[in-house]
Amino acid sequence: MSAVWPIFRREFAAYFATPLAYVFIVIFLFAMGAFTFYIGRFYDNGIADLTVFFGYHPWLYLFLVPAIAMRLWAEERRTGTMELLMTLPVPLWATVLGKYLAAWVFTGLALALTFPIWLTVNYLGQPDNGVILAGYIGSFLMAGGYLAIGACLSATTNNQVIAFVVSVVVCFLFTVSGAPIVIEFFRAWAPLVLVNAISSFSFLTHFAAIAAGVIDLRDVVFFLSLIALFLTANVVVIDMKKAG
Amino acid sequence: MIEIEGLTKHFGPATAVAGIDLAVGKGEVLGFLGPNGAGKSTTMKMVTGYLAPSAGRIRICGYDVETDAIRAQSQIGYLPEGAPAYGDMTPRQFLNFIAEVRALSKERTRERMAFVIGKTELEPVLDQPIDTLSKGFKRRVGLAQAILHDPPVLIMDEPTDGLDPNQKHAVRKLIRQMAPEKAIVISTHLLEEVGAVCTRAVIIDRGRIVADGTPDELLTRSRHHNAVTLAIARDQAEAVKARLKTMAGVASVEEQAVDGGLARLTAFPKTGTLLIEDVSALAQREGWAVKALYAEAGRLDDVFRAITTDDAKRAREGRA
Repeated sequence: MSAVWPIFRREFAAYFATPLAYVFIVIFLFAMGAFTFYIGRFYDNGIADLTVFFGYHPWLYLFLVPAIAMRLWAEERRTGTMELLMTLPVPLWATVLGKYLAAWVFTGLALALTFPIWLTVNYLGQPDNGVILAGYIGSFLMAGGYLAIGACLSATTNNQVIAFVVSVVVCFLFTVSGAPIVIEFFRAWAPLVLVNAISSFSFLTHFAAIAAGVIDLRDVVFFLSLIALFLTANVVVIDMKKAG
Repeated sequence: MIEIEGLTKHFGPATAVAGIDLAVGKGEVLGFLGPNGAGKSTTMKMVTGYLAPSAGRIRICGYDVETDAIRAQSQIGYLPEGAPAYGDMTPRQFLNFIAEVRALSKERTRERMAFVIGKTELEPVLDQPIDTLSKGFKRRVGLAQAILHDPPVLIMDEPTDGLDPNQKHAVRKLIRQMAPEKAIVISTHLLEEVGAVCTRAVIIDRGRIVADGTPDELLTRSRHHNAVTLAIARDQAEAVKARLKTMAGVASVEEQAVDGGLARLTAFPKTGTLLIEDVSALAQREGWAVKALYAEAGRLDDVFRAITTDDAKRAREGRA
């Protein structure tokens, strides 16, 4: 476990050593604001809550999180540091975990920097801050899910563009599998069990449940086990590449 | 300290390493030679645990690289091909990161940092991002990283590539200093490096070991081994050449590039003959105005070219 920490620290510092972190955070906050205020018409709703704000999170993450994840492994391969990293006496799982956690905490930081909108709703009215907190927790877990998928796919290639595009597609599938249009499509012919199974893999369904203010253990377990699954896959992918 | 048995690596249908057996002990500096694509880097990548072998075993200080990777890897210092490092870090940050990952204590880190920074002369660039450094400094950052934890086994892929002659000299000196306590493997294209630092040279070609011995032993395989070269006025050259050819121990005589008014003649001996004394006696008897006269130890590039295949030929064979 002690090996995770230096890996995490190096990776986290790397975001801030280049303009990447700043560019990402600015774009993230700008996009969050633009969607919430202009497209979501936050003020016009006249309700002091953040439903509109959180509603856009899955769609923003769909593009922004793969942008963070794509460099995780692809860049190590491209620059050759992969060879250095893999020959240090660190268990592979610790390296995978350390790098992943750095990216997740970084995403969490960007998310936390949206706090002015929380201040705004508290200034304008009396929102249920418990629900808002649940929304943030749900959003953070969901970002972790997208990130785990992106990290795993980044390990399959040394081309960041490929890593990005494939991640967006896979993340999209995990997002929309609960959308009404997809469910309707399957309901027309598939057995109910399958329809339920498909919709149960949806980030939308689980996130909406948490963001509504109910932190159901099942939703939390869904995201955490999805993260664990993709990180395990990440380890396996790297191990397979090692075999050539 | 390094034991390799039957090491084999396939990449799809291609065989990069075809059954290598090798043992390297403490105090040895093994020069790993071979044409590009012979399997040098692939072998090193397997020894350090970056690639998994298709077959065979590797043990480092008794630890199996595949089943006991962490313990094996903590015995190794490795400079990978191209000396990769995190370009956004400074050498100081980078070396601290390596020390942390290798779990060196604070005190030990301070002590070893001072040592490796001194030895690799990184002091002036310690706080500049690695990306902005010259090739020579980058290579030395990689070297510093490899020896930071004072490993018993040191594996370096082209450690002096990109260094100027002074820096090469410094790195070779460092390697020689460390040699008595370690098992060191370096790969190189520079044949002069083998003579300068290695106690043993292994030449591989197409994934197999084709020669293994001390640099001097390999030199005896050179056609230049014990050949005698003399420099003589150009107008005398033809007569001298004819006379040399009549000597009992001489197999052939070649005339080389003429510089100034001089011709250089090289007499190649029949196997096992020492020519130098006979030739110098003859020169005295005949009263030749010899400007230079020396016996050659042999040339590694002769040996190298004679026993390895060039890549064009390999590619042709690969297609056939």
